[in-house]
Amino acid sequence: MSIPQISELTVGDIVAERTIELSRDSLVRYAGASGDFNPIHYRDDVAESVGLPGVLAHGMLTMGLAVQPVVDWAGDPGRVEDYQVRFTRPVVVDPQDGATVSIAAKIGQIDAEAQTVRVDLTVSFAEQTVLGKAQVRVRLAESL
Amino acid sequence: MGREKVREFSRAVFAQSPLNHDPEAAVAAGYADVVAPPTFAVVVQEHALAELLALPDTGIDFSRVVHGDQRFSFTRPIVAGDLLTATLTVTSVKTLGAHSMVTAESRIVDASGDHVVTAISTLVVRGDE
Repeated sequence: MSIPQISELTVGDIVAERTIELSRDSLVRYAGASGDFNPIHYRDDVAESVGLPGVLAHGMLTMGLAVQPVVDWAGDPGRVEDYQVRFTRPVVVDPQDGATVSIAAKIGQIDAEAQTVRVDLTVSFAEQTVLGKAQVRVRLAESL
Repeated sequence: MGREKVREFSRAVFAQSPLNHDPEAAVAAGYADVVAPPTFAVVVQEHALAELLALPDTGIDFSRVVHGDQRFSFTRPIVAGDLLTATLTVTSVKTLGAHSMVTAESRIVDASGDHVVTAISTLVVRGDE
């Protein structure tokens, strides 16, 4: 698998973009896979009773899917050295229409000596960003 | 960490890399088995956090907990077959008005005791409005 060449990258380059359609099924699947069975992620009545605008996607689901375009760009999940996000807005998943989450990954910083780049993610739902300071440090050296 | 758990989690986070799903592709890339997506460490951390929240003297009401931020710092990725141990440390507790912010750090090591990943979570515990 070819590795992106650090010498060919410039700060500001968009290296990956993706749109993901979430449905209630996606939330149930993530609940089972992660073990997070908080009912605000699948029961409308519970979400409403605690004052939420609807059933929400798990923050960790949004974090988990948002890094995938970067993993595919880098060619190996093992190239991710560090990944952080702040959860700023919820993703409300409609029972019928679901929710569309869009991801854009941009080069934020290049460290040629360490052979790493910082990729900044813009993750949006309903035209507002849902993650703040979403940064992935990726190792682009030939050998891991 | 079972292989099917890694694959199930990979599907759940829309991971498409063959290294997450196909043991042959993972071996060809130099791994012992399928590689977990970066946020898979949350499955390990979740157990440690659940223990913390279940302690009677923390006084934390789970229904009032909101995830504030999350970070993973890796020495290497988690691979199916890993036997992992997490040690959770509460590194900071701050009060902001009625709310509390608890930062917990889970240091995750493998069977040899070597560092794999550290997961850092800040939980916001909402107080009475």
